[in-house]
Amino acid sequence: MSEGQIDEGLRAELQRQGVWVTSMQELYNWGRKNSIWPLQFGLACCAIEMIATAASRYDIARFGGEVFRPSPRQADLMIVAGTVTKKMAPQIVRLYNQMPDPKYVISMGACAISGGPFKQGYNVLKGIDRYIPVDVYIPGCPPRPEALLHAFMELQRKIDSQKLSGADKAEHLDPEQPSEFPVPNFGHHDLEPPANPEVYQPPKLERV
Amino acid sequence: METLEQIKNRAELAARGAKIDIVVNPGPSQQSSLLIDHEHAVAVAQFLRDHPALTFDFCSNVTGVDWLDRTVKKTTKVKQVVDGVEKGVDQTSEETIPGYLEAVYHLYSMKLKHGPLIIRMRTMNRTDGAKLPSLTPVWRSAELQEREIYDLYGIQFDGHPDLRRILMWDEFVDHPMRKDYTPPDDFEWEPTPHDDVLERAKKHYAPRPQLDGAEQITAQPQ
Repeated sequence: MSEGQIDEGLRAELQRQGVWVTSMQELYNWGRKNSIWPLQFGLACCAIEMIATAASRYDIARFGGEVFRPSPRQADLMIVAGTVTKKMAPQIVRLYNQMPDPKYVISMGACAISGGPFKQGYNVLKGIDRYIPVDVYIPGCPPRPEALLHAFMELQRKIDSQKLSGADKAEHLDPEQPSEFPVPNFGHHDLEPPANPEVYQPPKLERV
Repeated sequence: METLEQIKNRAELAARGAKIDIVVNPGPSQQSSLLIDHEHAVAVAQFLRDHPALTFDFCSNVTGVDWLDRTVKKTTKVKQVVDGVEKGVDQTSEETIPGYLEAVYHLYSMKLKHGPLIIRMRTMNRTDGAKLPSLTPVWRSAELQEREIYDLYGIQFDGHPDLRRILMWDEFVDHPMRKDYTPPDDFEWEPTPHDDVLERAKKHYAPRPQLDGAEQITAQPQ
């Protein structure tokens, strides 16, 4: 058991006696994970599912994510919902750069992950993870609202497990870690650079 | 609606000197079209729009077509004297038709409820002569679609009020819908490639690790 953590048995015993014990880290993460404000923008049909998730039937408010912010300065989470065209990609990266730390990205749907059905096209970016780091990927075309809620809960689990101190502390607390990434330029034939090698390291395929 | 021949004759009378050909469509749709020369295109278009019997007041669609250089084989029967006997001998000749770009306009009449009438224009070639007169002054709805053709096929429309790229960014230099366009090579991560994609992804494959001979050892029967 590391420093700053409480034995679960002891905590349960204390709770039974009317004493609630917690740590700064748990309290802090509990607050953060239950009020994740997404950035309000959608790119394609995935955005319709995102809207359905925010509406009453699926109700993302149950998880504290109902406050869609129209400004990146007030947002914690970027849901990349839909096809990212190459013409749109610099704006997405710019919006990401304008978000304050800590910030998270959900790559929603086949297009945002890899380009999806438009992968071999000349105009669609083959995955937003070429330029910005992605926390949760949801496959689907488009993913159902349940899948987006699942991704949201996964993100909450990730936030809950982030450390505030120590060598393995959360990235946004480490001044060495970049929080902004270079915006690609419009080139003569493609975006320049076509991917940010600091963020995007695809596996090497050893085939003939 | 009048037949294509009637429309062609009327238009040639109205726009003096206009040269109009009928491009026959042998397919099941039988949608033949009128091929219009550059010089009189605007006059012919204006006639089609304004003539009371035609009134093509709605241009519903404008699109581009890319025709590459192609060779056409022609077979002709030639009479030849072989061994003193006259025979019909097939003679084949190949003709190279240089490539061109084409703009196709689909016209309807909202007032008279007829259509479509399809008119075409062809450029001189696919490079420096890729120019056509714009029909935007006649049908305003052609404005954005002519910009799209300019963007994706590279046809310059003379007389267009605002000819800029519409889908791709301004710095882009290629015309992606042309048949000889090659997209940029970003095929470095293709988990399940096949066909053309496989060929392009292979360029990014790492070489196989050096074999050390261990793979040749097989289990000996006990």
